Amino acid sequence: MQRAKYKTGLVFFPAFDWAISPAHPEREERLLYTQDQVFEEGLLDIEGIEEFKPDLVPIKDVQRVHFCVPDVWSVMTESHFISAGGAKTIGMAVMDGRVQRGFALVRPPGHHAMRVVQGARGFCNINIEAIMVEYLRQAYGVDRVAIVDTDCHHGDGTQDIYWHDPDTLFISMHQDGRTLYPGTGFSNELGGPNALGTTVNIPLPPHTSEEGFLYVTQHVVKPILEEFKPQLVINSAGQDNHFSDPITNMNFSAQGYAQLTSILQPDIAVLEGGYAIEGALPYVNVGIILAMAGLDYSQVREPNYDPVKIRQTRETSRRIEQIGELTLQNWAQREQRSARSRERRGLDRRTRNIFYDTDNLLESQKEIISICPDCAGALQIDSTADRGRHALCVHIPRKACQACREIGYQWFETAQREAYDAVILQDRTADTYHQRQHGA
Amino acid sequence: MIIGLDVGGTHTDVVLLGDEGVVAEIKVPTDAADLFQTVLTGLEAITAGIDPALISRAVLSTTLTTNAIIQDKLPPVGMIVASGPGVDPEFFRIGEHYHALSGAIDHRGREIDPLDGAEIKKIAKRFKKKGIRHVGVVCKFSVRNPHHELQIGEILSPYVDKVFMGHQCSGNLNFPRRIATSYLNASVYPIHKKFFEAVKRSLEKKGLAIPIHILKADGGTMSFEASIDFPAQTILSGPAASVMGAIAFAPVEEESIVLDIGGTTTDMAVLINRVPVLEPLGIHLGGYKTLLRSLKTLSIGVGGDSHVRLEGGRLQIGPERLGPAMAHGGPVPTPTDALIVLGLLQRGDPAKAAKGFEALAGPLGMSVAAAAQHVFDETCRKILDAVGEMLAQINSQPVYTVHELYEGRAIQPEIMLVIGGPAPVFAKRLEALSSYRVGVVPRWKVANAIGAALARTTCEVTLFADTEQGIVAAPEENYRERAGRDFSQEDALETAFMLLRQKALRAGSNVDDLATEVVENLRFNMVRGFYTSGRNIRIKVQVKPGLINEYDTVAGILATED
Repeated sequence: MQRAKYKTGLVFFPAFDWAISPAHPEREERLLYTQDQVFEEGLLDIEGIEEFKPDLVPIKDVQRVHFCVPDVWSVMTESHFISAGGAKTIGMAVMDGRVQRGFALVRPPGHHAMRVVQGARGFCNINIEAIMVEYLRQAYGVDRVAIVDTDCHHGDGTQDIYWHDPDTLFISMHQDGRTLYPGTGFSNELGGPNALGTTVNIPLPPHTSEEGFLYVTQHVVKPILEEFKPQLVINSAGQDNHFSDPITNMNFSAQGYAQLTSILQPDIAVLEGGYAIEGALPYVNVGIILAMAGLDYSQVREPNYDPVKIRQTRETSRRIEQIGELTLQNWAQREQRSARSRERRGLDRRTRNIFYDTDNLLESQKEIISICPDCAGALQIDSTADRGRHALCVHIPRKACQACREIGYQWFETAQREAYDAVILQDRTADTYHQRQHGA
Repeated sequence: MIIGLDVGGTHTDVVLLGDEGVVAEIKVPTDAADLFQTVLTGLEAITAGIDPALISRAVLSTTLTTNAIIQDKLPPVGMIVASGPGVDPEFFRIGEHYHALSGAIDHRGREIDPLDGAEIKKIAKRFKKKGIRHVGVVCKFSVRNPHHELQIGEILSPYVDKVFMGHQCSGNLNFPRRIATSYLNASVYPIHKKFFEAVKRSLEKKGLAIPIHILKADGGTMSFEASIDFPAQTILSGPAASVMGAIAFAPVEEESIVLDIGGTTTDMAVLINRVPVLEPLGIHLGGYKTLLRSLKTLSIGVGGDSHVRLEGGRLQIGPERLGPAMAHGGPVPTPTDALIVLGLLQRGDPAKAAKGFEALAGPLGMSVAAAAQHVFDETCRKILDAVGEMLAQINSQPVYTVHELYEGRAIQPEIMLVIGGPAPVFAKRLEALSSYRVGVVPRWKVANAIGAALARTTCEVTLFADTEQGIVAAPEENYRERAGRDFSQEDALETAFMLLRQKALRAGSNVDDLATEVVENLRFNMVRGFYTSGRNIRIKVQVKPGLINEYDTVAGILATED
């Protein structure tokens, strides 16, 4: 009889009655064959692998992370409360010591959901990892967290949420943004002025295979993690780097995903994308579960797996090494750069347009951050959506200094309420969320 | 009239039921070394002076196969498995004649790698040489496509006596459990067959040619003839017998808990509207996790004869039973002794019971009576804690749809029914210590045998359709047909119910007793390249456990007796 080397928790929530639309990749059928494979392999019977029933997240958990415009109900479906709840259930099981590691095999995914949510983008409405992480911070006092996003698409939502947070290391390895949605995640995206360097992007060339992924994990991601010393390592475990994925161009495999998991040793993995629902997901998920539990996965392979056929070219290997080197250079310079950046004081501004491809919505944001040597800085986002609403969102970070806290409250209280549909204050120091509707 | 017979650890209970209720009930001592004689004695005793023509059936629940498994007295059998990619099949090795083959079927039932006939033939010859006559054959995803298992079975058949194929033992996905279940089927087959053929022959010789049915762990019955192909389904029928005995007295539209307080253990089960809750996958027994349908029961090592002692100043009850109560000449104090000391039970030698409690009273700083009350209460509390744990377990069972997660109501029974032990004494105290309404099952001393007698034939059918491949199949039922593009969920349900009816009748069911229901009914649109290419339908239907129609009158009579 097998026994897991690491006691591993699993939340499996395939949402068999939920879809974005009938023929959408994010549909009822997505985890059907994964369920078949996981059940048939008897993984849930293995001593030391325990299945948990997900709890729903309360609205408060969502509002700790997001500004939902106009409100939570308008941007979430029932299924989102469960998938975020699934991640949270696993997070709690790990923190409570009921298991050593955990995997939330849930849908819908979340890593394209940013701090402000006016709709769905990249099949995501709310960021389930961030909701879990902020809950764990609030309930268990966790401080330093690393999120490693191995989905084929840049985890731009998670990046946005942690852009200004020096205590959250966000690493995303993904197919180069010049060739794939959402078109971001370049090496020069390093984080906001108060958190320069704790956002790490590793864009990989199309057709990267096992060799490239494992090289980057071992020689770039692993050393950065070791230096950052997080209390928790979270893996946003998208599975769309698979060679058979219909919407991406990479050459990764089930074996590769299992090995990557063994190298990364995440405390918690959360499923993100992955749309080769028959030929990849069943095998990739079995591989990840076995690797999480520290069990043998040497015989996990998808039916049409031919490592020679999907092997990356030497040119690709060379480019990956260069990207790795650049990433490590940026990492080495982060403290120096960050110190320099935080000396500037005052306010920093940026404006950008965010396209919600799933809901076909365009949002413009004007963002202001208080540059601060002591904390993550007060943040203000003025958000307008073309078909949506106009909201002023003020975020006071978890460990805000008194000055930044006051700035945040001042922004909130002096906002011209008539100008907005909603004025919202998210005060993480008090764990509160205040919303003033138009005219209220 | 019908006979119910339940072989227990110490006693074998037998009842004869007629329209007028319990016509006769007897207890004969169980001779574990000779269950054949025990069963025969019981049947002969209960039918003494009765015209055999009036007896329509006998339902037996025995510990024969269960004991063989628990005591690890299984004869060697051969195992052939084909796993394809995934977990290394070596992890599922059972016994020394276990062979993992090449060949693979995927989750949709498509062949990925063919079998190697020469490899199988070599193994078959080796089995023959080593005298292996019974073989289990299990392939991964054989419940989607049994072709490989059938092929292996065909190659084996000239070399061995009987092959147990994985796809025939359950429609559920779980390769390792399918291996264990097929292994158990093959292993207990010779003992089961020998035993029941002997019972049948002996009865016939005595002019008692009554149809014999066998109780299963899911609280249902099957005919003796049907059991020959699925002998492992006879294991763990004992707890099921008691639960079935309580069903007639459970409220119709409420949830309830059934407690069977025995000498060594207390077993519990949950009823929802008189239907017992089943294990999601199957029995765990003797280190084997199986796909054998079973009632969900929890057994704790607390019973009337549990060893009561102080450990480091703390009171401990069970889980061991070192012998009978001291009042009956046993070596250590027990909860039964506590009841005797308290005067709640009049049996055995009260002086001996009191002596046992004197030794406990001192260190506890209590009077003998107070110590006895304390032990009784702690026994009840342990039972109540376990009930709570079991309910939590059932309520935390994962679900996979948004609808179930939001609509799934937690079960919160308010009624408890007690069987066994001194049921009335326990019932009273359990009610005082909890918020349950606690009742005693009438004829609680033989409720298990009554349960066996009245149990309905049960079975389950799992069917899937994959219209992209143009298939509708229930491999367990040897059913596979073409399904056109318009094959619907309704068509699938209709087919499943048709197969279920046939299966139930084959297993000895009465046409009037087919209480069927849908257990699972899912339909997925299969989309390939942005177009709907087919439907994937998954259906599971069952004849649910319950009592045969005669129970109405019989149960009515029983309920008014007490």
